[in-house]
Amino acid sequence: MTMQIADSVSLSAPDAKARAHAAAARDNLRTEPRAVRITIIALAMIFLSVFVVLPLVIVFAQAFSKGILAFFAALAEPEALAAIKLTLLVAAISVGLNLVFGLVAAWAIAKFEFQGKTFLITLIDLPFSVSPVISGLVFVLLFGAQGYFGGWLRDHDIQILFAVPGIALATTFVTFPFVARALIPLMQEQGTQEEEAAVSLGASGLQTFFRVTLPNIKWGVLYGVLLCNARAMGEFGAVSVVSGHIRGETNTMPLLVEILYNEYQFVAAFAIASLLAMLALITLIAKTVLERHLDEGHDASDH
Amino acid sequence: MTIEVRNLVKKFGGFAALDGVGLKVNDGELLALLGPSGSGKTTLLRIIAGLDWPDAGEVSFNGEDALAQGARERHVGFVFQHYALFRHMTVFENVAFGLRVQPRAIRKDEATIRVRVKELLDLVQLDWLSDRYPSQLSGGQRQRIALARALAIEPRILLLDEPFGALDAKVRKELRKWLRSLHHEINVTSIFVTHDQEEALEVANRVVVMDKGRIEQIGSPDDVYERPASAFVHGFIGESIELPVQVEGGVVRLGDQPLRLAADGLAPGASRLFVRRHDMLVGPSGSGAFEGAVQHVRNFGPVQRAEIALSGGETIEIDAPRGRELRAGDTIGLEPRRYRIFAG
Amino acid sequence: MGLTLSWLSVIILIPLAGLFLKSLELSPEQFWNILTSRRTLNALRVSFGLAFAAACVNLVMGSIIVWALVRYRFPGRRLFDAIVDVPFALPTAVAGVALTALFAEKGWLGAPLAAAGIKVAFTPVGIFVAMIFIGIPFVVRTVQPVLQDLDPEIEEAAGSLGASRWQTIIRVILPSLAPALLTGLALAFARAVGEYGSVIFIAGNLPNVSEIAPLLIVIRLSEFRYADATAIAVVMLVVSFVIIFAVNRLQRWAQSRIPAR
Repeated sequence: MTMQIADSVSLSAPDAKARAHAAAARDNLRTEPRAVRITIIALAMIFLSVFVVLPLVIVFAQAFSKGILAFFAALAEPEALAAIKLTLLVAAISVGLNLVFGLVAAWAIAKFEFQGKTFLITLIDLPFSVSPVISGLVFVLLFGAQGYFGGWLRDHDIQILFAVPGIALATTFVTFPFVARALIPLMQEQGTQEEEAAVSLGASGLQTFFRVTLPNIKWGVLYGVLLCNARAMGEFGAVSVVSGHIRGETNTMPLLVEILYNEYQFVAAFAIASLLAMLALITLIAKTVLERHLDEGHDASDH
Repeated sequence: MTIEVRNLVKKFGGFAALDGVGLKVNDGELLALLGPSGSGKTTLLRIIAGLDWPDAGEVSFNGEDALAQGARERHVGFVFQHYALFRHMTVFENVAFGLRVQPRAIRKDEATIRVRVKELLDLVQLDWLSDRYPSQLSGGQRQRIALARALAIEPRILLLDEPFGALDAKVRKELRKWLRSLHHEINVTSIFVTHDQEEALEVANRVVVMDKGRIEQIGSPDDVYERPASAFVHGFIGESIELPVQVEGGVVRLGDQPLRLAADGLAPGASRLFVRRHDMLVGPSGSGAFEGAVQHVRNFGPVQRAEIALSGGETIEIDAPRGRELRAGDTIGLEPRRYRIFAG
Repeated sequence: MGLTLSWLSVIILIPLAGLFLKSLELSPEQFWNILTSRRTLNALRVSFGLAFAAACVNLVMGSIIVWALVRYRFPGRRLFDAIVDVPFALPTAVAGVALTALFAEKGWLGAPLAAAGIKVAFTPVGIFVAMIFIGIPFVVRTVQPVLQDLDPEIEEAAGSLGASRWQTIIRVILPSLAPALLTGLALAFARAVGEYGSVIFIAGNLPNVSEIAPLLIVIRLSEFRYADATAIAVVMLVVSFVIIFAVNRLQRWAQSRIPAR
């Protein structure tokens, strides 16, 4: 049968057929012509290169533009060291506070039903969508000389604004959502069954928390802390409003970048900036690794 | 529209989803592709639709080479297992989609489209749902809308992938009858894929049984049930007793016991004997091809299901009619009313 | 539990309430005068106008990036995927000085652009560029999971019904992504409106021309004109509220269309 067909058509026919099949097959329903694909990939790569890769590269290029010695000399300046110290201190305070706040908030939202829950979630998100300058402003309005608590603070000789407490407060406010945001979906997904089981087996509230709840969310906690820390160290707008820019005292690293840059000390400004950029890159790498852990946890709970 | 498939081969990595499949579908037929998962039935359906491409082989519609056309030109109506309804469109817009995307030159005007969609929704008896969104429909309703949408383009062929797979048992039974009568009404050459033998036997004119990328048997529902062409088909369709036997010099042996069964025309060597459970007739000890002891009996309405230890050492389950009650401990004779022996 | 919750809301609510209380000290007339002063109006116009333009650019480019990352395989795909998050992670001040260095008249990109007669740094164009930078992750990260989860069968269904690839994209894929695209647009816009650190270095900060609203707040604060600062902040805060509210509604609406499978 097939023999007859093969005999009855010319020799070139199978070739033509194969070509027609190949052409029809290329017309896949779920992708685009090759030229379109290449254009889209090229557009995406060029856009990301210009707007993201180049700015990153230029930070390091400028930091090392006068050689490696100038770079380290800039970092060894007392002003730079003071800024680094202050940044680490502020980050430690705000990460610590937000770890507690975030755990409590996520716990309350994920495990309990109560009125005003949606409102609370919106509230937690708020610092994300408010201009950092406004976040700083509200603290000035509260604790500033003309602020609501300004007089009381002056009477008791407590300095909040233009000092470390103000910077820490503003940073905590701005980074508030990170830990809670990372934990809420995780805790919601895990539900309350395991905890109820633990309680029914006689565990106390704290035992339940440390032995059952926490191990389940440890990667999520780490994820939230990581992002919280990155933002805390890098926060500029809010801190700029409340810090008072006292050199060597209330300048964090980002604020010092601004001051040095405005004084045309480019190498020094970019040296500090490159440290912050490194922090961002390390955060991104750690984030990718953590996301893989979180995905695995997710898969494991699926099966 | 007739469909002819010749020598299709499709490999995914090292796995041959289709391994030389040939098939002819007659005009107006309602054909079932039946097989376990991984047998290649869905791949075959997708290749006919133009959603997948074979590594070798041919597909023709009415003698025309179908592989030279993409899915868009083939005019094949495809109903997906999970319906693939457009969830941002109303039921009406879903059904109208195929008409709205036609090239401007042949696109019908809005009034004609409305009339046509209305007809289709009437056909699937769901015109009262036309303003709903897919998320507001039940599974059975979604299935029928998906079918109406596929029919809107006046397909030359209708292909359905596990059309009832995602539905619960009751809806599934209703839709089977409905699909049969709908096919009778529209009379479009149709192929549906299923892993459910009951579905295939009840709905289709002809059944194609597939396994491991090959066609095991093509025949009417009666054919594949009554006259299975291979050990696989016998085992897959209906409830069967399977016994390893030896064919030697015109004698069939189970273990070392010769059975009183005709062995004419059978190749010597290791073989498999298949008997339907209800084809094992019970008689007094000494009658019939097998001897056995009743181990355990359960009653299922009109039948009693008995577990029987054959004297050859095998244990089988038979379905015997009520009336002559079996009791555990009885020694009985068994005679297969019908049986098949396959080599290998 | 109730106590912790109220305590939590207090931490966020007290500062914001302070802001609104402060603005209440102004008479409506004063409030109106502050907002309609030429400098304030211009600052708001620059912030909102450029933020919207930048969010639109991010909508288009974000869609292209998502499509490339999800649908195509190319060398460096994973790297580019990770890079999208850089504007999230990079401190804004660093981004600000870097973009300024890049687009300054003698910068790597500024020099060729200047030769072409386009001045970026220290003009409103610079603000626009910085706002694009910080908005990149929003559209990409909101649309990416939705495109990834899009059922491949709906594209096959559209194709088998005769739709061309273009028709499938316009009529089937884009409408399915629309809620995510709009959410991404809104988030990018909200972020760009309030952005301070990455913008002020490249902006030039010329009153009425390239001065953004957050900077004007800072300036008013340093002049101890708290009322002015508060009035501008209240307007921006209200806009943020409206955007969050809209995004939440959008998400709920999108979810209601997803069939429970």
